[in-house]
Amino acid sequence: MAGSPVVERLDEDTFPKILLRNAKVFADRPAMREKDLGIWQAWSWSEVLEEIRTFAIGLQDIGFTEGDRIAIVGTNRPRLYWTMVAAQSLGGVPVPLYSDSVAEEMAFVLEHAEVRFACVEDQEQVDKLLSMSEGLPRLEHVIYDDPRGLRDYDHTRLHSFEEMQAVGRKALDADPARERAWLERIAKGKGDDISVMLYTSGTTGRPKGVMLSFDNLVISGRNGNAFDKLDEHEETLAYLPMAWIGDHVFSLAQAYTAGYCVNCPESLETVLSDRREIAPTYFFAPPRVFEGLLTHIMVRMEDASKLKKKMFDVFMGVAKRVGERILNGEDVGLKDRLAYWLGEILVYGPLKNQMGFTRLKVGYTAGEAIGPEIFRFYRSLGLNLKQLYGQTEASVYITMQPDGEIYGDTVGKPATQVELKIAENGEVLYRSPGVFVGYYKNDEATKSTKTEDGWVLTGDAGFIADNGHLKIIDRAKDVGKLTSGALFAPKYIENKLKFFPDVKEVVAFGDGRDFCGVFVNIDLTAVGSWAERNNVNYASYQELAQHPLVYDMIERHVDQVNRDLAGEPMMAGAQIKRFLVLHKELDADDGELTRTQKVRRSFIAERYAPLIEALYDGSTEKHVKTEVTYEDGRKGALEATVEIRDMTLHPASGRNIQEAAE
Amino acid sequence: MSAFVDPARMAGHSGMEKGEVLLRVDNVSLSFGGVKAITNISFDIVKGEVRAIIGPNGAGKTSMLNVINGFYHPQEGTITWRGKVRRKMKPYEAASNGIARTFQNVALFKGMTTLDNIMTGRGLKMKSNFIWQCLHWGPALKEEIEHRRKVEEIIDFLEIQAIRKTPVGRLPYGLQKRVELARALAMEPELLLLDEPMAGMNLEEKEDMSRFILDVNQQFGTTIALIEHDMGVVMDLSDRVVVLDYGRKIADGPPDEVQASQDVIDAYLGVPHEH
Repeated sequence: MAGSPVVERLDEDTFPKILLRNAKVFADRPAMREKDLGIWQAWSWSEVLEEIRTFAIGLQDIGFTEGDRIAIVGTNRPRLYWTMVAAQSLGGVPVPLYSDSVAEEMAFVLEHAEVRFACVEDQEQVDKLLSMSEGLPRLEHVIYDDPRGLRDYDHTRLHSFEEMQAVGRKALDADPARERAWLERIAKGKGDDISVMLYTSGTTGRPKGVMLSFDNLVISGRNGNAFDKLDEHEETLAYLPMAWIGDHVFSLAQAYTAGYCVNCPESLETVLSDRREIAPTYFFAPPRVFEGLLTHIMVRMEDASKLKKKMFDVFMGVAKRVGERILNGEDVGLKDRLAYWLGEILVYGPLKNQMGFTRLKVGYTAGEAIGPEIFRFYRSLGLNLKQLYGQTEASVYITMQPDGEIYGDTVGKPATQVELKIAENGEVLYRSPGVFVGYYKNDEATKSTKTEDGWVLTGDAGFIADNGHLKIIDRAKDVGKLTSGALFAPKYIENKLKFFPDVKEVVAFGDGRDFCGVFVNIDLTAVGSWAERNNVNYASYQELAQHPLVYDMIERHVDQVNRDLAGEPMMAGAQIKRFLVLHKELDADDGELTRTQKVRRSFIAERYAPLIEALYDGSTEKHVKTEVTYEDGRKGALEATVEIRDMTLHPASGRNIQEAAE
Repeated sequence: MSAFVDPARMAGHSGMEKGEVLLRVDNVSLSFGGVKAITNISFDIVKGEVRAIIGPNGAGKTSMLNVINGFYHPQEGTITWRGKVRRKMKPYEAASNGIARTFQNVALFKGMTTLDNIMTGRGLKMKSNFIWQCLHWGPALKEEIEHRRKVEEIIDFLEIQAIRKTPVGRLPYGLQKRVELARALAMEPELLLLDEPMAGMNLEEKEDMSRFILDVNQQFGTTIALIEHDMGVVMDLSDRVVVLDYGRKIADGPPDEVQASQDVIDAYLGVPHEH
């Protein structure tokens, strides 16, 4: 195992034990930072131990004992992270909650997890808990971090974090036996004890409480550290929800096992500038964060002076040509290396500094497909951005991209100690030391997700490509078949088209039909600016969408996608045969998208049934009338004649793929 | 390490108890040449309350605030501040006496950052001399660090950390208003005068601002006198309301009482002419 020699000492199997070790081994190294009043405040590992110890004793004094559960609600604050380990040191289980979830959902989780204690960030969360305390007879004590606005509250069941620590400190001073007992309790902890319960929202029904043991998290954390050679010198930024497994692993499991420093930003709005100040070496963000950053840079570059713009364009060209190859350690000529070196000084360096990635050793993105262009942009700058595929039930890691083997369309190879297989229906299954213990009080769901010999069903369909990398194509339940028997994965096709900036939304049809047909929604900003540059006149979205030149452009994109699909044996059968460009923008107000901007496939199928019919009956145009809702709630109707175009399909050209790699 | 501004430190200078009369205006009249802006108005502001001054356009509300902070000098009447009758006074004297204000149309230094703007609010409290300040060393530096801490507490209080280093001119209007409030708070005033703090804001910004005004009042114990046109806001925020019309006081009392007064209704909605 690589990394620091300390990591190899594996006898500490719980976080409280690891804390004791870190306080000794890394005593004065920073463990946590928080920006407060404009200044980064740091705590060393030995200080963190002190904070956790006093708080744990205080917690014990208000009756927290073995087997108790403590809810944790708030944004990423050091004290909330400490609460988790303090609870674990007493044999309890922390239950982090999404702080922005609605009261009803929060009440369900609090009730289901049978929490007696809660540690929350501030007044807002205290109010939320108090408002639902009627329905939560089990909830006894609420502890808060930020006392602002809480001065006049009734403090019989409400405690400030500081006050709890003061009580703990006094108890420790008065009776040394307390500390001994605390250490003994920590020594009693075992690797297979439950470490944390994380509630997953789940696509259907109530949230499920995923129980993870110390073994799950500690082993996964160590594997993750070893995979990317992370040690106590790393810096990360904790800014994603604490209830999400990713943050739990990156900011707690891996931080404790490697001994690195976790930085808490001042507030969610300041993440960008805080990241610039910290310059994390290990960083995770969902694709939209990287997308947003790139757009921001491009917009700013448009306004830059001519010289700067020219420099940017020239060196981005160099980066595009050789940047990724240099990062992957491939052979690159001296001339290009020199140009890249110059670019690093003039463009890439300052750019990375702006984004706060100057010291980035490895960055990950996951959760959704990331556009290949975006992915390539960051990698060409020399940033080691990689993709991973994970789940709460796996303690995150299922597959990861090893250094030097980065492909935009796959999510990597099985992570250390993870076994992977593909079921008959294409569903991805895995088995690893990180596999969860079970869903809390929900044996039925546990059984349907986890087989007796430990395989977990991901619910995602995918396959393993020639190079041994996993490729996820869609949610297993959305994958269908054409009448020809060819596999049809709507989201896979949609994403391929959506990577073109001109395309905003795509809805693909084909399950149980003869061929695949798609609705395309153009992106008004991108196509609008294209129209401006190409002297295309239009008066409305509808007119632009139906412009023959726009159709030609979309046709080229569709053709490109078909070419790509033809190269993939499993997908070659489901090339797009017919497409149309929708005359109106899909809108959440009309119920076509969810509030989080996801396409509501079934609703669209119903609403645009005549268009779907036209897609499949061979007609070249169709007149439709669609009802629309304006922002003030009034309704109107849009009428249009929509053109439908046929595509020529490409012959399949790929080789056979490996069925499974075990 | 949560930031919590100690209310005791912000409570003000006089050590007055809540409920005592902080400022009293007696029979004040103000005119500009032949134009009578304020005619024979009397009212008081009690320590710890939120006092609203309302009235139709041109009623003399802003003039009244200008009288209170010493910008205008009334021709008649007296102003009693903390139990003492006040003489003719310059605005900066009023400021160092514990009266701070914000303006109807944002009056910030547009090219300066939020932080620098708020730091200007501390100017009156800086004691080190000009030479030290030029050197930015020794006592001046020490002093600046102390003041910066205070300013950071206010930034935290008003949740404007994200715009700390942003030039104010680039901020949306609602945030500029908040920065202006921050600057007024930086003076740790005993009486805070807000001239239409919510003018031109959308509903969400109004709600935020209301929350902050109440927080300032409750946490710091700052007495607040505000002019506002949004009646919903006035009725929710204020403890007592004084209504002006054409420079005269037409009502004074708790919000619901004022709301019910026929004179007030007439002033706002007008009365039909009788032929």
